[in-house]
Amino acid sequence: MISEKEVRRIAKLARLELTDKEIEKIQKDLSAILDYFNLLERAPKAEIVRGLTAYNNSAFREDGAVPQPREVAQKIISAAPDKKDGYIKAKTVL
Amino acid sequence: MPRASRLRSNPESARKTLAMTVSKMDLTELTIKQAHEGLIKKDFSSVELMKVHLAEIEKIDKEIGAYLDVAKDLALRQAEKIDGKIKNGEKIGLLAGVPCAIKDAILVEGEKCTAASKILENYVAPYDATAVKKLKDEGAVILGKTNTDEFTMGASTENSAFKVTKNPHDLSRVAGGSSGGSSAAVAAGMACYALGSDTGGSIRQPASFCGVVGLCPTYGAVSRYGLIAHASSFDQIGPMAKTVEDCKIVFDAIRGKTPLDSTSVEQKISNFKLEPLRCNFAELSQISNLKIGVPKEYFGKGLNAEVEKIIKNAIKKAENAGAKIMEISLPSTEYALACYYILVPSEASANLARYDGIKYGLSEKGENLLGVYLKSRGKGLGPEVKRRIIMGTYCLSSGYYDAYYKKAQEVRKLIREDFKMAFSKVDLLFCPVSPFPAFKIGEKADDPLSMYLADIYTVAVKLAGLPGLSLPAGKIGNLPVGLQIIGNHFEENKILSVAQKLEKVL
Repeated sequence: MISEKEVRRIAKLARLELTDKEIEKIQKDLSAILDYFNLLERAPKAEIVRGLTAYNNSAFREDGAVPQPREVAQKIISAAPDKKDGYIKAKTVL
Repeated sequence: MPRASRLRSNPESARKTLAMTVSKMDLTELTIKQAHEGLIKKDFSSVELMKVHLAEIEKIDKEIGAYLDVAKDLALRQAEKIDGKIKNGEKIGLLAGVPCAIKDAILVEGEKCTAASKILENYVAPYDATAVKKLKDEGAVILGKTNTDEFTMGASTENSAFKVTKNPHDLSRVAGGSSGGSSAAVAAGMACYALGSDTGGSIRQPASFCGVVGLCPTYGAVSRYGLIAHASSFDQIGPMAKTVEDCKIVFDAIRGKTPLDSTSVEQKISNFKLEPLRCNFAELSQISNLKIGVPKEYFGKGLNAEVEKIIKNAIKKAENAGAKIMEISLPSTEYALACYYILVPSEASANLARYDGIKYGLSEKGENLLGVYLKSRGKGLGPEVKRRIIMGTYCLSSGYYDAYYKKAQEVRKLIREDFKMAFSKVDLLFCPVSPFPAFKIGEKADDPLSMYLADIYTVAVKLAGLPGLSLPAGKIGNLPVGLQIIGNHFEENKILSVAQKLEKVL
């Protein structure tokens, strides 16, 4: 059985606030699910695969700004819950 | 008797009415092809066709709950545009003016897109998904957005934050999931066809439960741009329709590479020839040079006896038509579900980090930035989504990564090898989509592991990135049962071609 402390640690890593009741339920569910996962221990070893199809389709985007029409930027900013003067507002980190 | 109980299985009625003249038919029963013919012959207009569907939604969707949002203005604008083209004698494509539904995890510009989550309750899509853009370019009329499990995580739509979609064939049962809103809308005549998305069975299983045809394409065949991400190495958009032919029409419209999704590929389409569309029994013999594999691991413990009978009967029909049936083994099958439920939540835990209360959706006040994150996510995300984020974070966390995530990646390779071996011997695989027909609402809602087991026959296909289709193959009482046809990468045409022949005799 996974401990309550462990669930709280993982929840914090996942940036999730959980109620005591939710913690208790997840503790129970996760323990059953992890037990089920143990059957993989029996599986033979294999090399890890990259790319799902026969075609190598991984790609990296250039690390740079992609110009967008003004209205796209406005739509994106308008979706933010808190904004000011065309910028998205966030709380201070520290 | 509830009104919805009179609802018919559209694939059947569509077939029965093939011979009737379009004008005499109920417009909500039309296939894409029939609707197209009616439009160009001016038996009805696109606006009329759209209004009949909207009226049907108004009339029966209170009971079924397929739609989260109806896009009346958008539908009317598009329908009027197409009617104008027809009036001017312009040539229109097969999808032009034909009404469809879009799963609410796929972006339609200017319409709300919630992924059935409270955290996106008021989110308006700033752009079209590539698949939606392609449908719009073809002149499709979008009626609205359909229900799904929250962030497509589930097998019944019971995880939707807003409502449960009921099965049109039995309102006490689920429509399947996660694309249950799309399958129910098509089955109940509230859309001519729909788009769904499939991460572990989310197109095929609801198609099976509702008695419609659903195609999950090869990974990369359809752009994922504008599909709200669940697990990026699994997610795929695909069509759900009344007939195989309709599925093919929609698939042909939405597939192809786009620069906006680097994992999308231009399909190297197999040359498998699609036979004339209205085939008869004689043409069935043309599948005689096909080898069909039956994976023995998919017919074991847990499979409902009635479902087994229906699937075996479908296999027999293919054999009678001349196909060679071979028993095949996929030895790593027993690991597939565990492998899937490690990898998918791991990817989801990273993908869903974006819902932070800052960029969009629900935002809760906090003392500092971390407080905003914790509270917004704590309030805005539902129980199944939280459970999966915790599972995924756990499997990726230091100390557990090797035992779970890395091990599951190894097993993914084994499963892929199994299929590779199988397709070196056979053309297609036939098996059930789901071990049972649509289950009762609430039956599995409190036990996540039993809900996950509903995916047992659909997840392995996704671990290998293969295409799979659910074809209505029979019924247990009122409840439809789907045959799963699995093909090798990019062999959708082979799947569709064989399914099209079988649908005439099942």
